[in-house]
Amino acid sequence: MRPISYLRAEGADGIDSALRAVTDDPGSDFLAGGTTEVDLLRQHVLGPRRLVDINRLPLAGIEELPDGGLRIGALTRMSDVASSPVVQERFPMVSRALVLGASAQLRHMASMGGNMMQKVRCGYYRDAESPCNKREPGAGCAALTGVSRTHAVLGTSEHCIATHPSDVAVPLAALDARIRTRTLDGEHTYAFDDFFLEPGDTPHREHPLTHGELITAIEVPALPMARRSLYLKVRDRESYEFALVSVAAAIEVRDGKVGGVRIALGGVGTRPWRARRAEDALVGGPATTKSFDLAARAELAAARTTPMNAFKPELARRTLVRALETLTRDGSRS
Amino acid sequence: MTVRTPGTETGAGTATEPEADERGPDPVKVRLDVNGAQRHVDIEPRVSLLGALRDELQLTGAKRGCDQGTCGACTVWVDGRRVLACLTLAITCEGAEITTVEGLATPDGTGDGRLHPMQEEFIRHDAFQCGYCTPGQIMSAVGCVREGHAGDDGEIKEWMSGNICRCAAYPNIRAAIRAARDRV
Ligand SMILES: Cc1cc2nc3c(=O)[nH]c(=O)nc-3n(C[C@H](O)[C@H](O)[C@H](O)COP(=O)(O)OP(=O)(O)OC[C@H]3O[C@@H](n4cnc5c(N)ncnc54)[C@H](O)[C@@H]3O)c2cc1C
Ligand code: SF4
Ligand code: FES
Ligand code: FES
Repeated sequence: MRPISYLRAEGADGIDSALRAVTDDPGSDFLAGGTTEVDLLRQHVLGPRRLVDINRLPLAGIEELPDGGLRIGALTRMSDVASSPVVQERFPMVSRALVLGASAQLRHMASMGGNMMQKVRCGYYRDAESPCNKREPGAGCAALTGVSRTHAVLGTSEHCIATHPSDVAVPLAALDARIRTRTLDGEHTYAFDDFFLEPGDTPHREHPLTHGELITAIEVPALPMARRSLYLKVRDRESYEFALVSVAAAIEVRDGKVGGVRIALGGVGTRPWRARRAEDALVGGPATTKSFDLAARAELAAARTTPMNAFKPELARRTLVRALETLTRDGSRS
Repeated sequence: MTVRTPGTETGAGTATEPEADERGPDPVKVRLDVNGAQRHVDIEPRVSLLGALRDELQLTGAKRGCDQGTCGACTVWVDGRRVLACLTLAITCEGAEITTVEGLATPDGTGDGRLHPMQEEFIRHDAFQCGYCTPGQIMSAVGCVREGHAGDDGEIKEWMSGNICRCAAYPNIRAAIRAARDRV
């Protein structure tokens, strides 16, 4: 691990001093829970000269918004969001996605802001040696011809096929969450869709943020049907593992017809994947297994696979159908 | 057992500046509150809590397994919550209460050498073979119970999944947790 220096942001103008410190120095990174930052520093993947510790800034906690939504502070820990009664009641898929991610220890450490900024788990990115366009723009992509079983099939480019690893970002995508940030110029808000960039020609650019821009909160707007939402995660081992495929879904059925539906996929996209094609195919139609299946196929038609991850579209189709069947079968208010 | 070494200081003056000043990359004085005692270490800011505990304070209970957050052998408590010492920088823990397996039995030094119930049940249920993962398992297990996730075997499995045991003593570990859960 390379030597680093350390600066703790705290006190009355802590946020401003953190913003200034990182904005003015390309070699500085924010440090929250450290579960990505310290890990990748030690692997020589990230190389900041200084860490600016933001953990004592007043950015933790969950507030209720007037519209029935929630504002989750960037420094709220994954475990605290997962166990929050109001999150469990209004957005069970958010709580579930958190509980099914990482381990109990990591969830006590990891912050929600850091979770949005976590790096890909592609082995070639993390080994700090292989050609990787994300780590070293223009170097090439070792995964294209290498081990790619866990890689993405949607939103890929010829420059990068790494899967976005976050679980909780999947339900947040389905919920049209907003990311609130601060820079020295003031506050900014990003629609969730605009916050995660597809790799395209610039896989090293993962977010629209400027260097030194601080996430302050995640806002989740109200969505009554999300009270019966679910998160289904399929993986190689039952716990403490990233998703091969995951589905966050909420659906409202009236007189046998789909009145509204929200779906997002994890494990298959280069970004948390909002399944708008599937949603469009479903709305207004019958809530039957047949239409769930057609909707899943519509979403996955664009999938581009490698020989190693060719199983993913079919696994995603089945997982999506099962999620919607589960939601519409039991206790549905239809 | 609470470890108090001659190097232990409690005096003021060496505490860190509350103001946001850059420190490092050379060694800096860091104050850590470990198992109820104030300790001072001279470490570079890049040193992990695990490194500070093991290499500076000779508290070798927490183990270095993977050093990348995947095995749980380094599990300790920071302010009462189970966390991974390998991905925690020691310098970030100033002002926090750190508890290691060495401080579990009688943090206040009054227990006449008695073990913590979880330690007793680990012994009674033979919940280890080589023992390398055990301090992490025990610290995590107490956390699991206190968090209210030791209801049945399935729940224990899920909420202890961050602690890998290479010897696969899992059934005995779960038995120990079940036996200890009402006494934790
Ligand atoms: C072994 C292991 C297993 C895991 N399994 C899962 C899993 O199954 N599912 C899952 O979703 N995740 C998983 N994770 C990832 C984990 O959720 C992330 O590492 C964590 O959420 C990052 O949060 P943090 O607070 O630790 O961020 P840090 O590591 O402190 O920071 C991460 C990055 O974000 C930046 N940053 C942090 N906070 C802010 C902010 N407020 N504004 C702007 N930038 C910021 C930092 O500069 C850094 O670049 C796993 C991690 C490990 C180590
Ligand atoms: S898939 Fe992306 S992260 Fe992985 S090697 Fe290719 S460019 Fe790098
Ligand atoms: S040594 Fe910390 S998790 Fe393995
Ligand atoms: S007892 Fe050997 S690793 Fe767990």
